[in-house]
Amino acid sequence: MNSTDDDILQQAEQWRRAGKGVALATVVETWGSAPRPVGSHLVIDEDGLFLGSVSGGCVEGDVVTEAQDVIADGRARMLEYGVADETAWRVGLSCGGRIRVYVEKVD
Amino acid sequence: MKLDLLAALNAERRARRAAVLVTDLASHAQRLVRAHEIAGDPLAEALGERLAMGKSGTIEHEGASYFLNVQAPPSRLVVIGAVHVSQALARMAQLTGFDVTIVDPRTAFASPERFPDVRVIADWPDRVLPGIGLDRYTGVAALTHDPKIDDPALALALRSQCFYIGALGSRKTHARRVDRLQAAGFDAAAIARIHAPIGLDIGAVSPAEIAVSILGEIVLDLRRKPLRTEKRS
Repeated sequence: MNSTDDDILQQAEQWRRAGKGVALATVVETWGSAPRPVGSHLVIDEDGLFLGSVSGGCVEGDVVTEAQDVIADGRARMLEYGVADETAWRVGLSCGGRIRVYVEKVD
Repeated sequence: MKLDLLAALNAERRARRAAVLVTDLASHAQRLVRAHEIAGDPLAEALGERLAMGKSGTIEHEGASYFLNVQAPPSRLVVIGAVHVSQALARMAQLTGFDVTIVDPRTAFASPERFPDVRVIADWPDRVLPGIGLDRYTGVAALTHDPKIDDPALALALRSQCFYIGALGSRKTHARRVDRLQAAGFDAAAIARIHAPIGLDIGAVSPAEIAVSILGEIVLDLRRKPLRTEKRS
């Protein structure tokens, strides 16, 4: 499905109204050749279903995982991703850019 | 984000009104500032600038960090002419995220069979466009080759703030169009807003290729970035 920001924000509202736990992730800062512009959204529900993207695929898996914690405890978090480091276990951006992603609960 | 804030944001988007979602990154406090409320907001200057640029971003203000998420209305494309090129252009533009409407008074052309999944209005542009409301987030591509249909649409587009105006036709065809528009009272600066011949020069031949060249030009105007080749020269 080709989703626009409209679809994503409306999906967030629909999921929440249906009683699901929902988190909204937003790209708030980028450096270098980041794949998605500032303001891009990814919406995640409590079952790990998601719509939209914050990085074109590189770090969505990790954001979806972090989003579960945000849904559980209600605290917003700022996540930062940079270039993938071979020695680190964290995911990274293969494009060489860096991004900051704000993840908040919809409540 | 509070659900009622998200609902308010979605309501603004559905009504095609611009708004900025402000998030205090330390306290996590959020508020929605609608376009008409900007002047009275403590961050008025930054909000105005960001909205004009259509760019979201983080700003510092009196020791605090705020994320300003600019919510511009979804972009629309109005295609005048339910022609062969329009069939390709409508689908490509939808895929690109545009809300597409096709207007053509010729019912044989403007049929749902020729345009499944696209809004097609079989009526004259000068009757339809005022109802659509051409705003700065709307582009108009006139593709009929027929001055009776294209000209009234172009006249309305030129009187509006729409971000893109293009018209199909050769340089000769356009020269005659310029004469007609001048006779109708439009000056050279106004007429220069029309992209004609329409589309980026990518050597397009087939209807689908022409649609690619038109859509490329539309995206370029929407994002207002000079072409890389133009920057070099």
